[in-house]
Amino acid sequence: MHVIEAENVSKRFGNRIAVDALNLRVPKGACYGLLGPNGAGKTTTLRMTYGVTRPDIGSIKVFGLDSVKHGRAVRSRIGVTLQDTVMIEALDVYDNLKVFGRYHLLSGVELDRRARDLMERLELDSHAGMPVKTLSGGFQRRLAVALSLMSKPELLILDEPTTGLDPAVRVTLWELVRELRREGTTVLLTTHYMDEAERLCDELAIFSQGRVIAEGAPKALIREHLAREAVEFEIDADDDAALLQGLSISGRPLRIGRRTTVYLNDAAPLLARLREADPEDLGNMVVRPTNLEDVFLTLTGTRLEGGA
Amino acid sequence: MSVSVPHALAVLRRNAAMYARTWKTSLLPNFFEPVLYLAAMGVGVGSYITEMAGMSYVEYIAPGLVMVAAMQGASFEVTYNIYVRLTYEKAYDAMLTTPIEPDDVLVGEALWGVTRASIYGGAFFLVVAAFGLAPMPHALLAIPLVPLAGLLFSAIGMAYSLRVYTIDLFSFYFTLFLTPLFLFSGVFFPLEERLSSGWMMVAEVLPLLHPVRLARAAFSGEFSLQVLWDLAYTFGLSTVLLLSSRRIISRRLTT
Repeated sequence: MHVIEAENVSKRFGNRIAVDALNLRVPKGACYGLLGPNGAGKTTTLRMTYGVTRPDIGSIKVFGLDSVKHGRAVRSRIGVTLQDTVMIEALDVYDNLKVFGRYHLLSGVELDRRARDLMERLELDSHAGMPVKTLSGGFQRRLAVALSLMSKPELLILDEPTTGLDPAVRVTLWELVRELRREGTTVLLTTHYMDEAERLCDELAIFSQGRVIAEGAPKALIREHLAREAVEFEIDADDDAALLQGLSISGRPLRIGRRTTVYLNDAAPLLARLREADPEDLGNMVVRPTNLEDVFLTLTGTRLEGGA
Repeated sequence: MSVSVPHALAVLRRNAAMYARTWKTSLLPNFFEPVLYLAAMGVGVGSYITEMAGMSYVEYIAPGLVMVAAMQGASFEVTYNIYVRLTYEKAYDAMLTTPIEPDDVLVGEALWGVTRASIYGGAFFLVVAAFGLAPMPHALLAIPLVPLAGLLFSAIGMAYSLRVYTIDLFSFYFTLFLTPLFLFSGVFFPLEERLSSGWMMVAEVLPLLHPVRLARAAFSGEFSLQVLWDLAYTFGLSTVLLLSSRRIISRRLTT
């Protein structure tokens, strides 16, 4: 049973195609990631999923319901954490939770109980009475997630949940996502951090310019597109043909200035040649496992973060 | 799409939660404002005017000023504050991630505008009554006119706010629309005595004129058929404008 099913969905804004012929299936209980640079169509896909942006072509079904036609019913069962801060800055943590709970028609004892439970669970209770504007970025993001949990959602949608957060706060949020999944919540998130995608998601769709250019489990995606090991080193453009001759390289070598990255299943022969060519500094060599960033670079020729 | 009253009330309660933090500081000026108007216009200017329409000048301007207070109470809320919620606070984006629909936002905001108008206008009415300027009991009929004027100016203000894409344009609304209404809607002098009947027909488009005439009727206890026209205008324009805003709020929130 799929929680989200998108079939051949397209959306354009003026002349710009935001999402192009999207097909998406998110199984119940999964953590599904939309990975891609800014402007690739991730947020539009999320907005269509919760029924606020209407697709030009195709439709998205959430819990088997058309997300636009049955928007109210769909959104009563999901929680959404937006990229922008949407809290009421003048109000404190507890009041923000109550205002949001009322959007879901919670009231009285139940409203109070859920607000207090979430403050405890997300360790916000020490700051319960503080106006939101005095809280740190990490606290605010935790509150933003808490707001979207007021409805006890079956599906949690997170738009760039950890952008701009320090590493400790990111780890806390990742742990929360894992915990929610253990309780059976399905998670759909967007990110342009490949480490976040690799750690959290069972399945990924890689977006580029409105299209899904690759899809699958993180490890499978890497295996499918590139060899296991990545070797980075510095070399003049004229010299690399000779250096790489005869090696079984997957994909094309990626060059940025003198910095070259090559993917192979066995890095040893290349390392030997590099040692031979330059025993002193080995061309500033780095050997590491191939990651999603490499897959993205290979597929699109651009970086995930910061574009270009 | 349809309006769900409970969801619209949840929208209203968001604003009320914010207002609850500041009402003590914002309500006090509401008591001073009418006193200042009554003092300057009624007692100051009024002392040079023996009578107007058969009563003292301060008695003459009291009912109209109650409607002006309602107009102002609603107007600030549905212009600057709606713009801030829409553009800076992203309040509606947050609401639309929940079962709230654009129509609920529209109705919730209109009801909140009515609420603020009632607080302003109600406070003003109390001051006017305390000064003995509201002849009882028939002046009590002006009380339901306060939220009605609030509804009208919420509908007008929202129709404007939802079509505006820069905050600078709101000063036009206040200086070129509300201020002329304040001065030329029969609050300070009987418009019908200064205008020919032809021009008076034109002046009937002025929205504030109708609540002011209704309040004047309530305070004087003299009702004519004109009351029906004034009520029809106030309800009619409110309804037409709110309906015309549905499409626009939906487009602004759900592109």
